[in-house]
Amino acid sequence: MISTLYALLFYVATFLLVAGVSQKIWIYWRTPSPLKVVVTPAPTTNTGVVLRMAREVVLFESLFKSNKWIWVFGWMFHFGLLLVLIRHLRYFTNPVWWWVSLLQTVGIYAGFAMFLGLTGLLIRRIVVNRVRYISAPSDYLMLLLLMAIGFSGLMMRFVLPTDIVAVKTFFLGLLRFNLQPLPMDLPVLVHLGLVVVLMIIFPISKLLHVPGLFFSPSRTQADNAREKRHVGAAPAGR
Amino acid sequence: MVELAIDNKISRTSIDDPTALPCMTPDAMVGSKPFLAAPDHNTKLGFPGELVDDWKEKAIARMGYLAETNKAFKVYLDTCVKCGACTDKCHYYMGSGDPKNMPVARQDLLRSVYRRYFTFAGKYFPKLVGAVDLTREVLDDWYSYYHQCSQCRRCSVFCPYGIDTAEISMAARDIMDHIGVGQKYCNEIIGKVMDVGNNLGLNAKALKATMEDLEEDLEDETGLEIRIPVDEHGADILLITPSADFFAEPHIDGLMGYAKVFHAAGASWTVSSYASEAANFGMFIGSEENTAVLCNRIRKAAEDLGVKRIIFGECGHAWRVAYNFLNTLAGPFDFLDQNYPIPQHILEYTWDLIERDQLTFDKSKNDEYRVTFHDSCNVSRASRMGDKPGGQFDIPRNVLKAVCNNYYDMPDETIREKTLCCGGGGGLLTDDLMDIRKKGSSPRMHALQQVERDFGVTHMVAICAICKTQFAKMMPEFGFDREAILSAHQLVSNAIVLEGQIDEDDDDDEDMEPEMNGASATGDGS
Repeated sequence: MISTLYALLFYVATFLLVAGVSQKIWIYWRTPSPLKVVVTPAPTTNTGVVLRMAREVVLFESLFKSNKWIWVFGWMFHFGLLLVLIRHLRYFTNPVWWWVSLLQTVGIYAGFAMFLGLTGLLIRRIVVNRVRYISAPSDYLMLLLLMAIGFSGLMMRFVLPTDIVAVKTFFLGLLRFNLQPLPMDLPVLVHLGLVVVLMIIFPISKLLHVPGLFFSPSRTQADNAREKRHVGAAPAGR
Repeated sequence: MVELAIDNKISRTSIDDPTALPCMTPDAMVGSKPFLAAPDHNTKLGFPGELVDDWKEKAIARMGYLAETNKAFKVYLDTCVKCGACTDKCHYYMGSGDPKNMPVARQDLLRSVYRRYFTFAGKYFPKLVGAVDLTREVLDDWYSYYHQCSQCRRCSVFCPYGIDTAEISMAARDIMDHIGVGQKYCNEIIGKVMDVGNNLGLNAKALKATMEDLEEDLEDETGLEIRIPVDEHGADILLITPSADFFAEPHIDGLMGYAKVFHAAGASWTVSSYASEAANFGMFIGSEENTAVLCNRIRKAAEDLGVKRIIFGECGHAWRVAYNFLNTLAGPFDFLDQNYPIPQHILEYTWDLIERDQLTFDKSKNDEYRVTFHDSCNVSRASRMGDKPGGQFDIPRNVLKAVCNNYYDMPDETIREKTLCCGGGGGLLTDDLMDIRKKGSSPRMHALQQVERDFGVTHMVAICAICKTQFAKMMPEFGFDREAILSAHQLVSNAIVLEGQIDEDDDDDEDMEPEMNGASATGDGS
């Protein structure tokens, strides 16, 4: 019964995530940029723009210029999460890809890095009065949600192990539309339930910064207004 | 007096760290509002004269329209994660301590309304995500705080997503204009350009007379016939310069500098009485339509006069519009000579001549100045000079170093791409906003005080009409001479050696050149 519910939730959440984010990407893609608004100094070529964006995505270059604490915590969290997500690919692949197996141990440390990073961000949000001023309840809840997901995951690994073979069977079953039972352990149910919540709110929350980053005209435009006439849109009406 | 004493104390402690933050003081600047535009100022620009009855619906509709037609606006509203990276980067926050002057908080004044009407979370869980209804109080906050943003883009440099508060503040002003809430200073001035051709309302006859006076001054100074031609058909170069260059100090000394450079290069050039204004306040109010109207005056002037090139004088936001928008809004400029940048900046022109060894300078003429350079925000973060990224920082410095012996930079976190705004940009250069102007200029002035203390700097050079006017007002407030602000081409003008010129060093009593006063400023300042 609960397994069926979770299976359904995952199908619904996956649909909402994919459909929601695709729709947003489509909107961002199609919305015109009437004017050249790149923030300079900026690359003058498209290759340069790709490199600039790569530095932003991988190194958080601008954030590094801005504030070392946010950068340290933010980078720890995001790259911890990336490794953790790669680690979790083993639940969806059979046989497990060699490079995923290779990253299993690192992925565990990454889980701690992720949790520490999130904790740092939460403490900043509470302690620094400027950041506290701009925070809505959802900003705290988002951090708490991610921390709870990380915490329940680490619990399963170190304190209350669950039957991960059964978990893998459940997810491989989902991929093949063949329903399999989940182990009825609290940590795994909490962990997966919160992941479902995260997937559902992704396209309607500030998590949109993930696709949004790639559509920010101040960064994605090349600085070539004199060389190449920018034609962004039909003349705007009133 | 008490206020002055307090300010001086702040100045002293902030000299070591110009970007230091004050205590957060909510609502400190809530009362700072510019004068409302009169109805005919608004209607002239195509906006309703005064607040319309169904203003809420109209404002929301305009917001929706902008979200659909402007990628930056849409993406910036969705993408912010409230990380706080920008919160300590705005000069108006550094100067006022009002938390609504933190860039993200300024954006949130509009974002919270956008969320309420356009997002799932804001429609159904407004409290959770900080979404609010559009009310009269919210509108008042918009009017107040979107006129405490100089659209300088400093926050955008530090944002992990490049969110540019300037875009949000332009959109907010556009929305307010569309419901009949316009700002007097900007809207009145745009109307003047449409009527007369420049921000000052200086007509063709007056302009010609002024230029003739300047030609006489130049002849008195040099003994040479140096021309400042107006409406000269068939000239090669059309100079578009801020109208402040025609009458205000130190701007006018810059204009005489351009004239001397053109003279030295043997160039054929002219200004236009129809497009006698580089400034384009259409950008400040976020109105693409009005920006385009002013841009097309420049195109028409260039076509009518039959010029081959367009060069822009020293002006910050004008250079942003010229460099980035002119081609889109008034181009393509097929009829101009494609061998030159379209448009070109006067500093690019002068630096090119210097590099090609076409100009002769006597640098010692500027020895009484120990100068630093204020990177104007729009030049720094919204344009370029030369072929390489960052040319907008190097070319002005190269020119200054070519014409004077004593050059020093201000602290790193206050120059180049991290430059601090003068405090008067973005349509705030009006007396009704003097308080926020002063607060906004304080980080820059503290940086200047630091190099005064450390290197004996006496003068600051700017390449923007707004910066120059703002600093001329602010200098005395921070213990400097009013004339401690200079035009870049003023220093070029001082040092340039023209073929056949008389040496004016000895017999120069009635000359209006600022060296005399500048010299006394040197004494006072250090």
